[in-house]
Amino acid sequence: MPIQYYILLALTLFSIGIVGVLTRRNAIIVFMCIELMLNAVNLLLVAFSKMQYNLAFTNNKATVAGSEAQLFVFFIMVVAAAEVSVGLAIIVMMYRNVHSVDVNFLNRLKN
Amino acid sequence: MNAIIFSALAGVVMMFSGIFTKNTSIITNVARVALAVLIAVNLLDTYGGWMIAVDTKNLLSFNKFGFFFNTILFVATFLFFVLSGRDIEKVGSYTAEYYALIFFSLCGIAVLTSFNNLLMMFLGVEIMSIPLYILTGADKKNLKSNEASLKYFLMGSFSTGIMLMGITLVYGATGNFNLPPISSAVTGAVVSDSIIGPLGLLLIFVSLCFKVSAAPFHFWTPDVYDGAPSVFTSFMATIIKAAGFFAFIKLFEERSSDLRVSWKIIMPVIIIATLLAGNITAVFQQSVKRMLAYSSIAQAGFMLFVVYANNNSIGKEGILLYAAAYSLATIGIFAILIRMKDYTFNGYNGLAKKEPFIAAVNTILLLSLAGIPLTAGFFAKYYMLAAAINAGGKSVLWLVVIAVLFAAVSVYYYFRVIQAMYFKEGDAEVENVNNRFKFGLLIIAALIISIGILPSVLLNWFYF
Repeated sequence: MPIQYYILLALTLFSIGIVGVLTRRNAIIVFMCIELMLNAVNLLLVAFSKMQYNLAFTNNKATVAGSEAQLFVFFIMVVAAAEVSVGLAIIVMMYRNVHSVDVNFLNRLKN
Repeated sequence: MNAIIFSALAGVVMMFSGIFTKNTSIITNVARVALAVLIAVNLLDTYGGWMIAVDTKNLLSFNKFGFFFNTILFVATFLFFVLSGRDIEKVGSYTAEYYALIFFSLCGIAVLTSFNNLLMMFLGVEIMSIPLYILTGADKKNLKSNEASLKYFLMGSFSTGIMLMGITLVYGATGNFNLPPISSAVTGAVVSDSIIGPLGLLLIFVSLCFKVSAAPFHFWTPDVYDGAPSVFTSFMATIIKAAGFFAFIKLFEERSSDLRVSWKIIMPVIIIATLLAGNITAVFQQSVKRMLAYSSIAQAGFMLFVVYANNNSIGKEGILLYAAAYSLATIGIFAILIRMKDYTFNGYNGLAKKEPFIAAVNTILLLSLAGIPLTAGFFAKYYMLAAAINAGGKSVLWLVVIAVLFAAVSVYYYFRVIQAMYFKEGDAEVENVNNRFKFGLLIIAALIISIGILPSVLLNWFYF
């Protein structure tokens, strides 16, 4: 399958994530949209990894090109997990104080 | 490498110190000692003394510029611990953990000052920011702190997502994550020579603008800085911001030519927007804390000049000077602000009569932020503008003139504090002023003035 399809799919997922972050008002859903962005990146990285491997393979049969992108994916997963643990803790902390996870509530506190 | 290992170790030590003792002043002293050790090992590393050698497979590359930047930020953090240690203890009942998180954040900074690979840049930014999300929400019962924490977290991870997409697209175009672009082995690849590489770089640029709060991506800054506990605002607004700029400079001195949108168009727009957004809004603030948040955006506008004038030695000297001048002055001002009863401008009324020494130091620090000669801030701003002229010649003169005009605007809101302290009647209240606090302030003021008179003292050190 040509790489363009993967790029298109990943960019679509990423855009859905961005639009979600900017428009949804529920902190949990905003958070899910951020995860969607990160996973779109993971998908694209794996696709690019395979692409770079195939390109290098035609010249050199023993190539390891593209493996670092797959390693990068693991790093993204680990960091995303760390962010989830911190983020959910923050959301729970807020829920305990205001009994709501609505982001709109926050804007009322301005000034 | 010393700095990375020892800052992580110091974080672990701090976590354990919370188990063994509940006495917060002991914990604070442990943190100060750990930080002093950290500065010492970093200096050893700088001058080729004892160091831990790890083969990082070219993921990290260490040079004097990075080491020196580390030293400046660590010394600033040390002064922050000395001045505001008492106030960190007061934020909540988890003193040891707050210090541990600060050390982990410093570990991220040490990674950021030495990355040579986009993977390490990503990890450095994350290691630096994730502890800050927690520190912002440290005041758990305070709704403003909750708000700030959630907002910072959502904005931070959003910009992380954008940065990752940028890195991925750059990888797709070049086939590696290395910082100096190695001419790709796969010329004639499907996506090379397409829009993908520049687009990726543009996304990384946007996410770094988020991190250093450059306009138009600054909107989270005032709310977060205002809502966070003041001690941690002081840390975030100075040390973290300076480290963000280092990453910015390091990435774009290698890669700015890859960004096909002309650098000469995109940077002036960002610089002017940042100066405008920071300075003009700061004028209308009633709270000194919020004014300082906007002023940090305005100062970021000046630091962006060095990104604009990339890869030039005046700029590199300038960012070192700016990081030192800005961090020291802001840490001092915040240390005083934290102990004020009232955070508004009126809260400073008549401070000069009650505490003449503190008012005098505060004046020196504010003058430095405004960029008045004989203080460090003047030379910091001077080097920034000189770097821009050195890189662009006469064609950037208009930009420099605009920056100077905005510096004049900034004098207005900094002088409002001085005016309140000296020329207004009132009973400003400062809590817990002891001799150690005054001594710390004296050191900061002395550093600011001595850098202001002889900037070469600091800069020559860089070339040893």
